[in-house]
Amino acid sequence: MSKFLTASIGRKFIMSVSGLFLMVFIAVHLGINLLLIFDDSGDLFNQGAHFMATNPLIKVMEPVLGLGFIVHILWSFMLEYQNWKARPVKYAKKNMSGASTWASRNMLVLGGLVLVFLIIHILDFFVKMKFTGHHLLEEVVVKGVHMENAYALVSTAFIQSTALGIFYIIGGILLGVHLSHGFWSSFQTLGLNNKYWLKRWQVIGQIYAVVVALGFAIIPLYFMFGLNN
Amino acid sequence: MSILDSKIPQGPLAEKWTKHKSAIKVVSPANKRKLEVIVVGTGLGGASAAASLAELGYKVKAFCYQDSPRRAHSIAAQGGINAAKNYQNDNDSVFRLFYDTIKGGDYRAREANVYRLAEVSPNIIDQCVAQGVPFGREYGGLLDNRSFGGVLVSRTFYARGQTGQQLLIGAYQALNRQIAKGSVEMYNRHEMLDVVVVDGKARGIIARDLVSGKIKRFGAHAVVVATGGYGNVFFLSTNAMGSNGSAAWQCYKKGAFMSNPCFVQIHPTCIPVHGDQQSKLTLMSESLRNDGRVWVPKKKEDAVKLQKGEIGPNDIADEDRDFYLERRYPSYGNLVPRDVASRAAKERCDAGFGVNAEGKAVFLDFKYSIERLGKDVITARYGNLFQMYEKITDTDPYKEPMMIYPAIHYSMGGTWVDYNLMTTVPGLYSIGEANFSDHGANRLGASALMQGLADGYFVLPYTIGDYLADEIMTPKTDVNAPEFVEAEKAVTDRIEKLFNVKGSKPVDYFHKKLGHIMWDYVGMSRNAEGLKKAIEEIKVIREEFWKDVRIPGELDNLNPELEKAGRVADFLDIGELMARDALDRNESCGGHFREESATEEGEAKRNDEQFTYVSCWEYKGEGQEPVLHKEDLVFENVKLTQRSYK
Amino acid sequence: MADKILKQLKIKVWRQKNAKSKGRFETYTIENISTGSSFLEMMDILNNDLIEKGIDPIAFDHDCREGICGTCSLYINGRPHGPDTEVTTCQLHMRKFKDGETIIIEPWRARAFPVIKDLVVDRSAFEKILQAGGFVSVNTGGVPDANAIPVSREDAEESMDAAACIGCGACVAACKNSSAMLFVSAKVSHLAKLPQGKVEADTRAMSMVAKMDELGFGGCTNTRACEAECPKSISIMNIARLNREYLKARLSR
Repeated sequence: MSKFLTASIGRKFIMSVSGLFLMVFIAVHLGINLLLIFDDSGDLFNQGAHFMATNPLIKVMEPVLGLGFIVHILWSFMLEYQNWKARPVKYAKKNMSGASTWASRNMLVLGGLVLVFLIIHILDFFVKMKFTGHHLLEEVVVKGVHMENAYALVSTAFIQSTALGIFYIIGGILLGVHLSHGFWSSFQTLGLNNKYWLKRWQVIGQIYAVVVALGFAIIPLYFMFGLNN
Repeated sequence: MSILDSKIPQGPLAEKWTKHKSAIKVVSPANKRKLEVIVVGTGLGGASAAASLAELGYKVKAFCYQDSPRRAHSIAAQGGINAAKNYQNDNDSVFRLFYDTIKGGDYRAREANVYRLAEVSPNIIDQCVAQGVPFGREYGGLLDNRSFGGVLVSRTFYARGQTGQQLLIGAYQALNRQIAKGSVEMYNRHEMLDVVVVDGKARGIIARDLVSGKIKRFGAHAVVVATGGYGNVFFLSTNAMGSNGSAAWQCYKKGAFMSNPCFVQIHPTCIPVHGDQQSKLTLMSESLRNDGRVWVPKKKEDAVKLQKGEIGPNDIADEDRDFYLERRYPSYGNLVPRDVASRAAKERCDAGFGVNAEGKAVFLDFKYSIERLGKDVITARYGNLFQMYEKITDTDPYKEPMMIYPAIHYSMGGTWVDYNLMTTVPGLYSIGEANFSDHGANRLGASALMQGLADGYFVLPYTIGDYLADEIMTPKTDVNAPEFVEAEKAVTDRIEKLFNVKGSKPVDYFHKKLGHIMWDYVGMSRNAEGLKKAIEEIKVIREEFWKDVRIPGELDNLNPELEKAGRVADFLDIGELMARDALDRNESCGGHFREESATEEGEAKRNDEQFTYVSCWEYKGEGQEPVLHKEDLVFENVKLTQRSYK
Repeated sequence: MADKILKQLKIKVWRQKNAKSKGRFETYTIENISTGSSFLEMMDILNNDLIEKGIDPIAFDHDCREGICGTCSLYINGRPHGPDTEVTTCQLHMRKFKDGETIIIEPWRARAFPVIKDLVVDRSAFEKILQAGGFVSVNTGGVPDANAIPVSREDAEESMDAAACIGCGACVAACKNSSAMLFVSAKVSHLAKLPQGKVEADTRAMSMVAKMDELGFGGCTNTRACEAECPKSISIMNIARLNREYLKARLSR
């Protein structure tokens, strides 16, 4: 097994599996976030956030998710370092645009930018909700259940700062571009691909990437344009 | 005549090989481990021999000048490999394959060798399939066959248009397996520059490490030369740029006789030469003639307009087209053998009907078969060839006919070998294209691959045992023996001599000059006067070469110019011997056409009474005239007839 | 169709005396090249010019000049085998270039392919990978009749698609990671698709991948540059198959 984990294909296997896991998380996360714009009272979103914060299964998964991020990030650096070492003398002139997509060649850059976004995002919302608390997070009662008003925190942030909104839009797009390659690529790495499935994975992957990018971008836009009123 | 003992076994043709195999000696496994064999060249013959010998337990050292054994020029063979499997139930048999090969070779090959070739041919296909060669198959999962020029049955196995590649990869994989096991020591980027003969037996080689420039000695109990043909003597040919005759030539200088050097095959379907900047000719598969029709304009004025580029081929109406192969050879038409098709193209072009700017091309037109079969069928059959043609010429063969012209392709002649594939030097073997044995004066399509693999897989591994069985007491060859020291010194001296000429002209200058002479006088059509002239002119070029060649770079570094110079120095000698041989053979047979020996219609006329022999040239020293020996060919199983394709 | 003459070209080319020395770019001018010439014929002409001027000619690998032996290499204007698709450098023609253009020629760049001289690189790493398991373990003789085991036509064709690899190394040169996965996967697929090769499929995949990693090639990140630049259009579906074969072999023991 140790041979497997250090082999190039083994490392890629780990990238692929952790990536797929994160993609599932992103889908869930996006689903909950979209509640922000489907219910202007904020009740639905608050219920969703409360569920995520209290459900035992989610609680168990939280550290796993954290581990997933860490593994995905660490392994990406290991891989990239190994790949960078494989060409000690670089080309003076490269013309790679016809042969491969920009996203596929720049997954680390994209992932890095997503990581920057992620850190700020965590500091902005997750840390406040989970640890430090915030005055906007005062308790509300939805259907008799006491919970934090996460809706207030998020909506106010986007309403007050256009810059933050734009930052989140960019974050969503970066993530989408990252996924545009990452999705089909993870199936390829697992060997779950052939001449018929390649096109299918790519189409599904493109749709997924666009949905993620649009979905995450639409939320700040919704509040920036005051559509919640 | 006693020098030439061909060792052909007695008895009926069909039993010769079986009887011979049971009569020859065998080496025990324990002794095989002590015996070393050098194999030079890693094409189909060399790679299959090296792998098979190592599997048997011999210690093998293999050499190739390329960076990998897989690059050998066998890889470029397109069409297929013949085998008498009779899978098509079309009444094919070992005898029929034998007969076709003997007849196709215009009765200038040895019956016994050719029969053996046909006999082992089915084993080759079995072997290749077991190795994982992806031959073309029918929907039922069984192997498919093609038919090929000059024969009446379908016996050609193929892997798309890359049969040579796939067969070589098969042999290369077997070789790799032995390299991994340590039973073959592989020396890539090493060029054999001499064979070392100790007490009359081949005991090793001198090779140059092409990267470091070091001259190295390698010892063994036997040496196998599988270095291919010498077609590059013509400068422009379908051979690889590095293909050369030097290894065979060094064997010749050490006492191995050269046979039938004038027999070279000219392939009719190559992309024509353009301008004078060309370094290499590209072959278009012979299979194209199955569906393409060859023509030139009927009217000379049309030809002139084509040459000037004033009109295109499609401007010429069908009735103004001369389908000269169909006209001259109504029964075989476009599928006449290679030599016949080549000469007919030359005849038309010499008469002024050539269709490109140089006037040296004819059309191969698919219009008719596209009309008949549809474009899809033609694409399925020749798609990749059409694509390759378009990449090279920028012309779309679906819309305009291809232009083709004959080019030098294969050497039927080569080192003389006996039935055991041993040369006149004991312990020195020659296999594949490097020897002379199986194709007579003309090789049939899809037979080169067959011969290379037959020799390497199924003949040499048996016959070499007969020699090595007597060598089991011979200790490991001492490469510090005086013969090795001497040979190495001779090699070093020659390299230094070449290098120190420090003249003014690059090697290619001389090679091109030689090529022109060879093509003009020792090419598709030859006569006594021209051949004599060629011999004289080659002497002049040789003298100029040794006075004025410039080799840049260093001796102790990768130096392609130095490599080329050594090869061209030998080509100059080979070219002269070819001309001598062609001069001696005052008959037309196969690829060798003597204008003095033709029918009134200009067809080749063989002269069986005087020339039913293999010419065997013996080297007599530098500046000395070589001596001609003759091995008489005896035909007991076939009747000699004039070939006719009318 | 009609060939034109390129009056002048500038050739900016990597010169490196040997494996140990440091290389640098040199620029040469070459005149009157027919667009009908192949790229390597242009190099031949340039070299003969250089020899006459007393300059060491440029070393480059080449042999068959028909696109099948896989010897020729060259990274031309930022692309392996230059600005055309489905061709090797020897099949590339000068009509793909413009008069007056500067053509930049570099060797394959990869740790596993060290430069020997100028544009010649050492690809023996490929040899070692194939020696690690790229074969079927059968000796000469003693094999069954060729038609004893039927092979579906589709499998034979897919095997042939993979077996078309010429081992030129363009996949490694094209890959931003210098990965040899396309090369390795082509051999693994070629043999795994046939019943004769299937027997050893597990050990083959494992030992070839281990050797590939050991030799310093990078990993595959599925950019597909290899497939796009491969002169024989070897598909990355072979890489998927290699991944599958490898995972199957590794995870089952």
